[in-house]
Amino acid sequence: MSRRPRGILPGFGLTMGFTLVYLSLIVLIPLSGVFFKTAALTWGQFWSTVTAPRVLAAYRLSFGASLIGASINAVCGLLVAWVLVRYRFPGRRLVDAMIDLPFALPTAVAGIALTAVYSAHGWIGRWLDPLGIRVAFTPLGVVTALTFIGLPFVVRTVQPVLEEMEAELEEAAASLGATRWQTVTRVVLPPLWPALVTGFTLAFARAVGEYGSVIFIAGNMPMVSEIAPLLIITKLEQFDYAGATAIAVVMLGVSFALLLMINLLQYWTRQKRWLDSTADLLDG
Amino acid sequence: MFVVFAEFAHANEVALLNVSYDPTRELYQDFNAAFAKYWAAKTGDTVTVRQSHGGSGNQARAVIDGLEADVVTLALAYDIDAISDKAGLLPPNWQSRLPNHSAPYTSTIVFLVRKGNPKGIKDWDDLVKPGVSVITPNPKTSGGARWNYLAAWGYALKTYGNDEKKAREFVGRLYKNVPVLDSGARGATTTFVERGIGDVLLAWENEAFLAVKELGPDKVEIVAPSVSILAEPPVAVVDKVADRHQTRAVAQAYLAYLYSPEGQEIAARHYYRPRLESVAAKYAGFFPNVKLFTVDEMFGGWRRAQRTHFEDGGIFDQIYLPK
Repeated sequence: MSRRPRGILPGFGLTMGFTLVYLSLIVLIPLSGVFFKTAALTWGQFWSTVTAPRVLAAYRLSFGASLIGASINAVCGLLVAWVLVRYRFPGRRLVDAMIDLPFALPTAVAGIALTAVYSAHGWIGRWLDPLGIRVAFTPLGVVTALTFIGLPFVVRTVQPVLEEMEAELEEAAASLGATRWQTVTRVVLPPLWPALVTGFTLAFARAVGEYGSVIFIAGNMPMVSEIAPLLIITKLEQFDYAGATAIAVVMLGVSFALLLMINLLQYWTRQKRWLDSTADLLDG
Repeated sequence: MFVVFAEFAHANEVALLNVSYDPTRELYQDFNAAFAKYWAAKTGDTVTVRQSHGGSGNQARAVIDGLEADVVTLALAYDIDAISDKAGLLPPNWQSRLPNHSAPYTSTIVFLVRKGNPKGIKDWDDLVKPGVSVITPNPKTSGGARWNYLAAWGYALKTYGNDEKKAREFVGRLYKNVPVLDSGARGATTTFVERGIGDVLLAWENEAFLAVKELGPDKVEIVAPSVSILAEPPVAVVDKVADRHQTRAVAQAYLAYLYSPEGQEIAARHYYRPRLESVAAKYAGFFPNVKLFTVDEMFGGWRRAQRTHFEDGGIFDQIYLPK
């Protein structure tokens, strides 16, 4: 039997081995610990823990607010990236650097700052309060914090793709008779789409796990503004390790399912686009 | 060989780790310096005490998970019980090994109100009135907040002749007046002081004194209720760790020194109520006169209080569940 090389590029065994060991150490082993701790519970205990009314309310808030935050970021982040890439204006570098602040800032500082600004006596809160809009200590505050921490993800994933895209493409579309709307939806958006979805996914994933910044602005009222990570801390505070990890297991499961779904969606749209464009070619 | 040599040279270096909770940072900075001097004079050894501070429950969890604390000085006995139950690092009867339930200094729960006390808050009854906004952290995440909750509950029991149902209703009404449940005592203080939210903050007496000192009496003032709880933050040697480090003797001396006149004086200077008569007499005029009840006499100990009130599905949870 002759040995057949698995690829032309050498070093597959070494790099793959390293990848597996690295992923196991950093991701797999710590996460499997979550499942082992949860295994201390019987199925019935697990079920009653994760379906308690307070826990369900917290899941709804955590996933709901994260989806809203990530969606806001998908739209506004795209806009910010567009402005940064396509226009030249004084202070552009400064604005560009500011985008990363939510990354660098300790989340607790972000939470305290947001609460200070949006509470009823804060700079912004004092104008919203007479209108009946309460941000701090309500679910709206949770959305605000999750939007804040998610902003860089969309901007930073979309920006490089936008930079690669040539403005001539849009000009060509226009000169070939495309309306502005057609240019945006058929020429500009399609190549941006994968980056946008990735940014959205990252912002969402980060938001689901966020604790530090939310805790100060949420108000933490049971059934109303408690996020799921807070309930995990609550369980830990009672030395209920298994209960805490049970909530975490459900969060892991739901997050993984959502991320997988988004990835599949992206895969299908890419396939479909490729088929469409081939069909277009054949038709033409 | 080393030990012999060290004994001979009489300059042993000993290190202790004291794992404590948040507001004791300054207290133990002073106390550690005093103890080092006392210990050097007594034995010739140099002792360095390292401090670790954080939320009481977090700190207990860190010790359970392997933080090598020679002594723990936490906010409530329940947290040290947990170290005993979950990790077996000290015997279950730890609390009877030192005088006064192992609590060398005490405190209580008082009200911090805004300058001039605009809402005229004098006692617990005023906290359940409509339109009064009360700031207290979540008792499920904050050890300090559990004292607040139990203080209110104990007041209600005393006022309504031990009627559990009335007490539950009273505490329920009080928490209806709480607009924000911060996760820890520091967060609640920030909400009250910096955010300007709420009319009254439930606080440990020592923290209330600190707040008045730092913010100035022109911002906030202390109101002492007629009845409150005797907060007993306990201390203990973590046997297994101290034995491994061979520091048991010095760790025991460290805690015993807390009960000495010098230790009591330092505690009093940091606004904790001293146990020792002589020091207590000296500070008698300083601490407001409040009738105090203990967790043991009113709730049958921390384990029981925890089970009845704060465990999942306990009375605190029921207050918030839709009926």
